[in-house]
Amino acid sequence: MTESTTEKVVRSVELGTAHFKEANEWVRDALDTSDVVELQEVFAQRYLGCAMPAGKRLEIHGTPGNDMASYLDGGEIEVFGNAQDQVGNTMNGGLIVIHGRCGDAAGYAMRGGEVFIRDDCGWRVGIHMKQYESHCPVIVIGGNAGSFLGEYMAGGIIVLMGQAGEYLGTGMHGGVMYLRDPLEANDIPDGLVLEPVTEEDKATLAGLLQRYGDYFDGELPAGVDLSGDGFYCLRPASSRPYASLYANS
Amino acid sequence: MNTPTLPRYKVLRDADACINCGVCVRECSHHVHQVNQKTGALVARHGQCVNCQRCVLFCPTTALAIDRWPQVDSGSANWTLKTMQDIAKQADTGAVLLASMGNPQDYPIYWDHLLLNASQVTNPSIDPLREPMETRVFLGSRPDLLKINEREQRVLTQMPPQVKLDVPIMFSAMSFGSISLNAQKALALAAKELGTFFNTGEGGLHQDLESYGDHAVVQVASGRFGVDPHYLNTGSMIEIKIGQGAKPGIGGHLPGEKINAEVSRTRMIPEGTDAISPAPHHDIYSIEDLRQLIFSLKEATLYRKPIAVKIAAVHNVSAIASGVARAGADVIVIDGFRGGTGAAPLRIRDSVGIPIEFALAAVDQRLRDEGIRPKVSLVVGGSIRNSADAVRAIALGADAVSIASAALIAMGCRQCQDCSSGLCNWGIATQRPELTSRLDPEAQAERIINLVRGWNLEIKEMMGGMGINAIDSLRGNRLMLRGIGLSDKEREILGVKCAGE
Repeated sequence: MTESTTEKVVRSVELGTAHFKEANEWVRDALDTSDVVELQEVFAQRYLGCAMPAGKRLEIHGTPGNDMASYLDGGEIEVFGNAQDQVGNTMNGGLIVIHGRCGDAAGYAMRGGEVFIRDDCGWRVGIHMKQYESHCPVIVIGGNAGSFLGEYMAGGIIVLMGQAGEYLGTGMHGGVMYLRDPLEANDIPDGLVLEPVTEEDKATLAGLLQRYGDYFDGELPAGVDLSGDGFYCLRPASSRPYASLYANS
Repeated sequence: MNTPTLPRYKVLRDADACINCGVCVRECSHHVHQVNQKTGALVARHGQCVNCQRCVLFCPTTALAIDRWPQVDSGSANWTLKTMQDIAKQADTGAVLLASMGNPQDYPIYWDHLLLNASQVTNPSIDPLREPMETRVFLGSRPDLLKINEREQRVLTQMPPQVKLDVPIMFSAMSFGSISLNAQKALALAAKELGTFFNTGEGGLHQDLESYGDHAVVQVASGRFGVDPHYLNTGSMIEIKIGQGAKPGIGGHLPGEKINAEVSRTRMIPEGTDAISPAPHHDIYSIEDLRQLIFSLKEATLYRKPIAVKIAAVHNVSAIASGVARAGADVIVIDGFRGGTGAAPLRIRDSVGIPIEFALAAVDQRLRDEGIRPKVSLVVGGSIRNSADAVRAIALGADAVSIASAALIAMGCRQCQDCSSGLCNWGIATQRPELTSRLDPEAQAERIINLVRGWNLEIKEMMGGMGINAIDSLRGNRLMLRGIGLSDKEREILGVKCAGE
């Protein structure tokens, strides 16, 4: 990614301790006249890259605040550090790469785009992800996930390379989760099926793991297996989990 | 084993008047009316009738009427036929009972216990046909201080974003999916003509209605269906839906069979899959989180749109509303326990929430006590049945009211409460093309426009009678109300004196 930015117009903005409203104005102003904006000295300003369209790119040095990349609309964001809560909230498209960990509720209700997290993620990540026509959201988590990963998941792909927390995939009715560690039979929620990956799954998975490896090249511990071997996939048995829950009175 | 159940209704056919034309057969999506293949006679399958009255009103010879099923109950006021039928249904299915439209139970309607004032002799009444009367309302936050350059006649204060309503009546949220596109289009057309707003609900904004964005409130609910930057910027106001009067505290669930290609495209979800709105927003577990969502929406729309937060009227509604105001909402929408729904669990619809009259009075008072009433506008619904209810609501403290059931009734709805079946014979709560084509958006928009214009004239007349010529002077003017048949406590909560005081 960084190589291709050389011909592009790049601006640099230092946020320091500016309030988010001011900081986001600076970012938008800078993006108006450039393709790439490097943000320096970022101290937890919220909403960075909110609704950013395709063709724009943010490089964030420091710690972006909550709701980074909310409603992201095709833009690219790379974070050189950790991210906080609700990364990519209701994201429509684009790419987020985090060289560190992220907090809770990342990718809430996202319907498109990709999030690559090098390390762990917090709780409630990927809740109610959904897919639609050509939109298929992806979250790749290099480390462990907190509880409630992929709750109500209605579409898209989650790849988890570390350990899952409790209540994984509760109410999941679409999409797929690829897990490196199989769940105990008792931990598989009702209505979900856990199976070894098929060849087709493995092709998808290998592509995503390859990109994970590329984005975080040189930052990963030696011996990380990016082949996709030995993964399991968790899928819903039905896209209508509540079909018999109701009766007209 | 399924128990045989009694029909709820009995179809009465006047054999002398019936000309066997077959209109009833063709009009009924529930297949109540059938032709006996041997005799050619029209027979009724009473058990399938939901009393939508389509056949009754379309019968060219008025040969049809619907009656209650004549079976007497056991004589117990406790174990009524309906109560026992519900038990039988659950014994058969083990399912949650589903119901539609607003709470139909016999709870007090407090609007009917509030009487309006009129001037006599002093502060003379005003004739709205002769003198100008202002019913225009702006929704949004008010600045703490308004600076004006008098010489240039220019406002210097930067005003927060507001929307303008020419009438103090808007349409409540009803999604494409819960209602047909034709029904939503009728509301959009009417909103444009009336200078007010329709509300997309959590169904996205269909591409055919994008040109009505200047009259659209776009909703953001827990499923985030159809929400992207384009949607947010196309609407005039954004409403975060926290709760709904018909089903406070629970989410929504549009069954897969209602998600056809158009609904799927508008909600941006796959066809035929259940569309589940979780009970909470999973990015909102606190007032601080709500503030975060409000400001993420403001950032996404460059602070150009007011952000409304819709909550259901529940026990601690005034404290909740205070928190919502402090979270940065520009408008608070409160939905009372009689508010309608396309589908809700029966027990929740009938048992959860409080009357909007109490909720509104309590919220307005609380916000005034805390000195933050000007920070937000209040919109109330659930249910406003006529113009006098609207006047009472405004006098209790609302900036505007929103209507949904009344607008649907204008389009033909008979309140049969069968929306969730998706078989609405009036083309409103259905996605079946043969039924939705029965609803002509232009013709029905005209009826909604007539309704709201009639109400607005009545509002002006009632205001004129009070000697008031602008709706701003009515807002929160509880001296224009007196209670009748209310306990002291009820009057205390409503903040009104007793009739005669």
